[in-house]
Amino acid sequence: MNSIMARLIGARVAVCAVSLLIVSGLVFVATSLLPGDVTQEILGQSATPEAVAGLRRALNLDRPAPLRYLEWLGGLLTGNPGLSLVNRLPVADLIASRLPNSLLLAGMAAAFCVPFALALGITSAIWRGSAYDRLVNTATVTTVSVPEFLIATVAVLIFAVHLRWLPAMSYASKIESVGQLLRSFALPVLTLSCVVMAQMTRMTRAALLTVLDSPYIEMAVLKGARPARIVLLHALPNAVGPIANAIAFSLAYLVGGAIIVEIIFSYPGIARLMVDAVATRDMPLVQACAMIFSAAYLVLVLIADLAGILSNPRLRYR
Amino acid sequence: MTSAAADPLPRRRRWRISASGGTGLAVVGFWLLMTLLGPSIAPHNAGNMVASDILAPVSWQFPLGTDYLGRDMLSRILWGTRYTVGVALLATLLACLMGVTLGLFAAVQGGLVDAAISRVLDAFISVPSKIFALVMVAALGSSLPVLIGTVAVIYVPGCYRLTRSMAVNINAMDFVTVARARGERTAFIMREEVLPNMALPVLTDFGLRFVFVVLLLSGLSFLGVGIQPPDADWGSLVRENLEGLRDGAPAVIMPAAAIASLTIGMTLLIDNLPGRRRAAMEGH
Repeated sequence: MNSIMARLIGARVAVCAVSLLIVSGLVFVATSLLPGDVTQEILGQSATPEAVAGLRRALNLDRPAPLRYLEWLGGLLTGNPGLSLVNRLPVADLIASRLPNSLLLAGMAAAFCVPFALALGITSAIWRGSAYDRLVNTATVTTVSVPEFLIATVAVLIFAVHLRWLPAMSYASKIESVGQLLRSFALPVLTLSCVVMAQMTRMTRAALLTVLDSPYIEMAVLKGARPARIVLLHALPNAVGPIANAIAFSLAYLVGGAIIVEIIFSYPGIARLMVDAVATRDMPLVQACAMIFSAAYLVLVLIADLAGILSNPRLRYR
Repeated sequence: MTSAAADPLPRRRRWRISASGGTGLAVVGFWLLMTLLGPSIAPHNAGNMVASDILAPVSWQFPLGTDYLGRDMLSRILWGTRYTVGVALLATLLACLMGVTLGLFAAVQGGLVDAAISRVLDAFISVPSKIFALVMVAALGSSLPVLIGTVAVIYVPGCYRLTRSMAVNINAMDFVTVARARGERTAFIMREEVLPNMALPVLTDFGLRFVFVVLLLSGLSFLGVGIQPPDADWGSLVRENLEGLRDGAPAVIMPAAAIASLTIGMTLLIDNLPGRRRAAMEGH
């Protein structure tokens, strides 16, 4: 670690923090200043103006928006994002009860898809242009361009309906053994991994191919090295940074994929909490969930950036 | 296969299109046609309960089975085309129109204008698309204008980035400098000097973005926050028939397959365009 890298990393972290601040502004503006009025929504059409005004005061909606934004932001940072409008429970408690489930799902999907995606991406780069490469390519393009819920429904049809290997609805309230845990998570994890894996395979292959196109690889080819040797010994060490970048960036797709997967398998995670909150227009909950998802996304992109910087030897040994 | 006749865009050179590109063109063309004709050739009205069997399998009378209320699936999918393809097309057009205009403007103006537009649009990229859409629907409720506007806003930054990066290069060329020395206005330079030189990549990008928009919109409908009943796009059709999944009813599979055929067809088509400039698959 030297001063140049420290400065670069510091700059990335700062950009990430500023982006998160801007995102919080966007989320707040979108949910508070737009004409959909929460009080009307809660009290219904027949509410008297006095009742609406009273509720507005109770919910602090009569205060100026910038002040409310600062209070909300302070609340977020101190772990108190307010009360749910629907059931008056603290948003923090609602999220705390669901967040571990979502993290477990995402963690299992990540653990499952990273090794597979790496293997697929690297082997298809080794045998570039072969039938195998074309097959992997077609499979990943297809996976990326179909909706997540199609993959989920097909997976349920094959593994739960026809083969009867796995339960269709994942979540048992009590999980007693590791085997049961794996069985009940298999389909959601498989679906979520599929989406992320396709993306990761494509990006890994592309990162490796960029290195494979450089002159020193041509030199190795002219020396007569075998393709596997060229990729593994010559190209891979230089592609570690871009590949790490690709992996972290693909993991950001967990955020979008998790929403669909949690709904279709009725999995009690934070994404389902957010979709339910959108349906009931429970703004504090929507805001907090949106911030969590955006923060997760930004942090993964930040990790992707940092992986690129840390693995660059030109920056490391200066 | 040289098919200048099947080519929707008149070009000076004749296009060679591969077999998979031709398949893609045929599938996309078919769905575009159905967007116009679908409801008039559908055997039943989308809302009519015509069968006594719910979630029935494929039969001669109902080629794609029936849904959870005993409505004809084929008719429902044909009616849904208007929402899935039509709405997505409108949203993509809006996004690309704004993105290309802003991108051209930023590149031709340069300096502070460029920096300001770029920074503002960068902020939008840091919100995941589905999350942004959910927040907007929560705030404004779900209606067609809200959906189209939200999706358009989500895909403006990507289109802007691509347009700007190409336009900056073209803007640095001599003929643009000449036009500027001639005293042409900014709008003229954007439209007549820069845009014609990047028409094909912009069209390719339009196709790619259309795929993302279809996926996002059907995803939202699948979550129940997109197109609202009694109207239904293909995503809502999957959602409302989800109970048939345990029995493998075609009512769940068919609309999902329709989406897949549209998006894969479009991907095949743009992958096989001559002189394509394939942007990386990003953010859906």
